Amino acid sequence: MNAAIYRRRRATNSIIMVLAWFAALSGIFVLALILGTLLVKGFGGISWSVFSQNTPPPGSAGGLLNAIYGSVVMTLIGTALGTPIGILAGTYMAEYGRSSKLTMVVRFINDILLSAPSIVIGLFVYEVLVVSMGHFSAWAGGVALGLLVLPVVVRTTEDMLLLVPNGLREAASAIGSPRWLVITKIAYRAARAGMLTGVLLAVARITGETAPLLFTALNNQFMSTNMNAPMANLPVVIFQFALSPYPDWQKLAWTGALLITVTVLILNVGARALSTRTSKES
Amino acid sequence: MNSNAQVASYTTAPTAISSSILRRHGIWDAVLRNATRTAAITVLILLGGVIISLVQGSIPAFKAFGFGFLTTETWNPVTEKFGALAPIYGTLVTSFIAMLIGIPVSLGVAIFITELCPRWLKRPISTAIELLAGIPSIIYGIWGLFVLAPFLQAHVQPLIIGTFAGVPVLSSLFAGPPYGIGILTAGIILSIMVLPYITSVTRDVFETVPAVLKESAYGLGCTTWEVVSKVVLPYTRSGVIGGIMLGLGRALGETMAVTFVIGNAHKIASSILAPGTTISANIANEFTEAEGDLYTSSLIAQGLILFGITFIVLAAARLMLLRLEMRSGSKV
Repeated sequence: MNAAIYRRRRATNSIIMVLAWFAALSGIFVLALILGTLLVKGFGGISWSVFSQNTPPPGSAGGLLNAIYGSVVMTLIGTALGTPIGILAGTYMAEYGRSSKLTMVVRFINDILLSAPSIVIGLFVYEVLVVSMGHFSAWAGGVALGLLVLPVVVRTTEDMLLLVPNGLREAASAIGSPRWLVITKIAYRAARAGMLTGVLLAVARITGETAPLLFTALNNQFMSTNMNAPMANLPVVIFQFALSPYPDWQKLAWTGALLITVTVLILNVGARALSTRTSKES
Repeated sequence: MNSNAQVASYTTAPTAISSSILRRHGIWDAVLRNATRTAAITVLILLGGVIISLVQGSIPAFKAFGFGFLTTETWNPVTEKFGALAPIYGTLVTSFIAMLIGIPVSLGVAIFITELCPRWLKRPISTAIELLAGIPSIIYGIWGLFVLAPFLQAHVQPLIIGTFAGVPVLSSLFAGPPYGIGILTAGIILSIMVLPYITSVTRDVFETVPAVLKESAYGLGCTTWEVVSKVVLPYTRSGVIGGIMLGLGRALGETMAVTFVIGNAHKIASSILAPGTTISANIANEFTEAEGDLYTSSLIAQGLILFGITFIVLAAARLMLLRLEMRSGSKV
């Protein structure tokens, strides 16, 4: 009597499950295709000159040295600015004001900043730094990247400190440790690997960020170590070269894209390895 | 213990030392407490600063064009007449296309990972998806420009145009020469980009469903689809919606992936195959070349609009995820 209903249910199920298989396969296929193209197009351009020569004028050979240098410098500035503030803010939220109103508000705002469009951060830094200084600069680029590091570090620091068992803190307090020693010697040590993972993830995030650098660090055709002047950086060079009509430039763009992707993947894999190793230890 | 005897024999010195130590600890305590609180407040000030600077920067544009800024399509740097309708339209339509493609595929992948996938494949696939979420958007952009757009132009778009040529509404929606780049291409790139985000959140919330609930449903004779649609999805509804909104927030604000393939045309075409622009692409393309306060201000005003839209979407997403978290927390 219910054979028809049963058959229909089975049929619906099969169709949807085939669709789910199809979705998974096509999703993975497209993502593999992107990485494959990147490898094929970018690997051909890898040579010593990429790391030893500056970005060329159209029509001649060259490398990405100045762009790589600029990216490394601005990433370091961004990390150096964002990490300490992020760790302190995360410490407040997890240790001092665990259930305070301030923590609730900061957590909410931080989550918004975490996924806010990065181009808006670029506009903000432009308004605050570039306009007041009167010119584009590597400092502005570094600050913009620092603003992107901050929410990631706040989030992971808070999460990791909350995972530290309260028993550890109570034990330390019971032998008379003051609060600041409990935090720096006990909680930070217990959560160290997780916090480091957060910093690595933040660095991975800003490595490929383009939008906030477009109108803060701008770009520079030449090697420049002047922090108060525009500075070349990989993402903006890729953007400019990929949209150019010159095959030489497009080839360099692919190579730069490969470099960025490999760096980001290494950072991500490193961060994951770090967090799984410590979770096994504990 | 002989410590009592020691303390008794040096009554004056130890108390002096310990009180100075206590004082030092007290100072350090105060320093750390205040430093951390200041850092937390800095985060708040930053968001306030972003909003204030955007509002301040967009005042000239809103003064000059008023509310009409939002409803005008004109974008003419020469006569300094600016309206944000075309970029707003482009932003919304590309994100809509991204969600139209991205949501079903992400849900499919999440269902695959949690229900269908062989156990040994689960970890590699989940890891791959999380790694892909970290790939910078410029990579998607360059791939879209050099691989996807030419492919769509040569193989897909002529087919679509030909198929819908005689159909009343669809013929204008899919009209025109196959440019390759355009609104549809940008939407497709965005859907690929948001796939890892939505999938990883959805998979995480699917995993929170208690095994007993699913097993009971299977025990009653439910098929896998019935378990997913009648047990898993209702249980995780607010989490799934939260994940989708997070993906939407990314899609709305995404800059580089879109800038490469959108075509940067300041007009609203009826065809989604035509080039267009989005708020973020418009800012990325024109900001450094913008001359004059009004031009710059009009771009910053668009940034403010974008921030407003994403703020609402992200806030809603966070509230929904928070609600799920609180509910699962209270059940444990």
